[in-house]
Amino acid sequence: MTEILLGAYVFILAIVVGFEVIGRVPSMLHTPLMSGTNAIHGVVLVGGILVLGQAHTITTQIIGLAAVLLGSLNVFGGFVVTDRMLKMFHARPRDQR
Amino acid sequence: MSASAAIGVAYLVASLTFIIGLRMLSSPVTANRGNRVAAAGMTIALIATLLTPGLANYGLIAAGIIVGGAIGAGSARKVRMTAMPQMVAIFNGMGGGAAALVSSLEFVHRTSGGGTLQTGQAFTIALGAAIGSVSFAGSLIAFAKLQEIMKGNALQFQWTKIASGLLVVAVLALVVVITLGTDTIPVLIALLAVAVILGLVLVIPIGGADMPVVISLMNSLTGLAAALTGFVLNNELLIVAGALVGASGTLLTRLMARAMNRPLSNVLFGSFGATVTGGGELPAGATVREISVDDAAVLMSYSQRVVIVPGYGLAVAQAQHQVRELADILSSRGVQVKYAIHPVAGRMPGHMNVLLAEADVPYSEVYEMDAINGEFPSTDVVLVVGANDITNPAARSDPSSPIYGMPILNVDEAQHIIVLKRSMRPGFAGIDNPLYYNPRTAMLFGDAKDSLQKLVAAAKTVAMPRERRTRSGEPEVVQR
Repeated sequence: MTEILLGAYVFILAIVVGFEVIGRVPSMLHTPLMSGTNAIHGVVLVGGILVLGQAHTITTQIIGLAAVLLGSLNVFGGFVVTDRMLKMFHARPRDQR
Repeated sequence: MSASAAIGVAYLVASLTFIIGLRMLSSPVTANRGNRVAAAGMTIALIATLLTPGLANYGLIAAGIIVGGAIGAGSARKVRMTAMPQMVAIFNGMGGGAAALVSSLEFVHRTSGGGTLQTGQAFTIALGAAIGSVSFAGSLIAFAKLQEIMKGNALQFQWTKIASGLLVVAVLALVVVITLGTDTIPVLIALLAVAVILGLVLVIPIGGADMPVVISLMNSLTGLAAALTGFVLNNELLIVAGALVGASGTLLTRLMARAMNRPLSNVLFGSFGATVTGGGELPAGATVREISVDDAAVLMSYSQRVVIVPGYGLAVAQAQHQVRELADILSSRGVQVKYAIHPVAGRMPGHMNVLLAEADVPYSEVYEMDAINGEFPSTDVVLVVGANDITNPAARSDPSSPIYGMPILNVDEAQHIIVLKRSMRPGFAGIDNPLYYNPRTAMLFGDAKDSLQKLVAAAKTVAMPRERRTRSGEPEVVQR
């Protein structure tokens, strides 16, 4: 039970930090915010690696592989697409920079 | 330092980079570096995870990461900016699906060989699997609607409300059953199945115009599911990351719902636009005035201030570059051009800003609704490109209108309004727009990109007098 309680501490504090930090993101950056946080929740790939690393039957290996596959799609796709978007935001037109 | 302590430190560093990365998103100047900081943290976390002692199946893990990473990065590199909402929706669904699978697999691992789950573990596993599945299915439907594989319009079936209500109850009941100790695989499969159906039934009736809310909500659900897998695996990194995303999604969901002046429950179950009942009665004898391309070009060229209002139609027509071209010509003639963005313009929060950024419009020329609404009375021409409901004055004046109370861009206060529109078909909300019958409004019918190209060509040929303005600042009478 203490582990769950510890998790709850971390969870609640992170939520508070999240509200504080994300409340400052201007609406112009809301799409990159969304795709960037999207990439961050791809961290579930860590979970996928851990469970696939313990899978010993064909069925569990398939499920674990699917989790790693989906998680990787999420992480790599999310960061790349956010990077692409954010590179486009400029304060001045290109020829004046 | 033991291996597990080193891994723990790596996770702590990664958690910090996520927070710092998001913090750097508060300004467009630092935003890109922020995203890279978070990506670096993710890399550290993944390397640390791979070094966990006792892992098997390295071949499979590598295969999954390489194939998934290649597909993800490849499609992310190719996707058009106009298709960004569906891209985010599908990545979000992948994350939700991964979270559900991780929880399910941990369930299998811990219950195999006669093991049982502790109450707390059973609860977090069941809830994580359920929320991940809802997000997976809901995001895929959102993707299908945005990609127009499925019809994007709102559907209104009485049974979907009842069905979603029953499905929510069923999901909760199965979570309780698992938590109370019936941790068998058939019950888990039933839970996953019911949760997937709930995700489908929840999003299928929702129309395209409400997608900014749906995508934000699904984002927050996937964050929550990821955090729950963190509880399952006793992994604080997953808890922190999931909580951050959950907070972000929740904030955006609230923001979007507020920008539509509708509570979330109404977005989910109100099926906006499917049941249009009266409202927006037009005055008798209201007529629509059309304007020619040449007249519109002259009117704008001889203005002092022009505000461009982009909407989803701009994205559909992929006309962001043409808009910029027109703005450049107008600017070169001394016209001050600004862009006005409504919070729910487009299909996801901030969609229009990304499209304008792609067309190299500097963000200093792009204004939020509250920042520009006071300027419309002193604006000579507003050019509305593929936007409808967010400019509908009925939201201000007609209590019987379904969008009454929604904050809008007050474009009707400008001296002239030019609306680029395909036809007189009502917008996604299915509501007539009195703006189009305003005597100061002129319609330019046609595909937005096509009309803009013609406007660009026409504006180039508009003859400008050397001293183009009278002292009073009024545009001169046009001699043609």
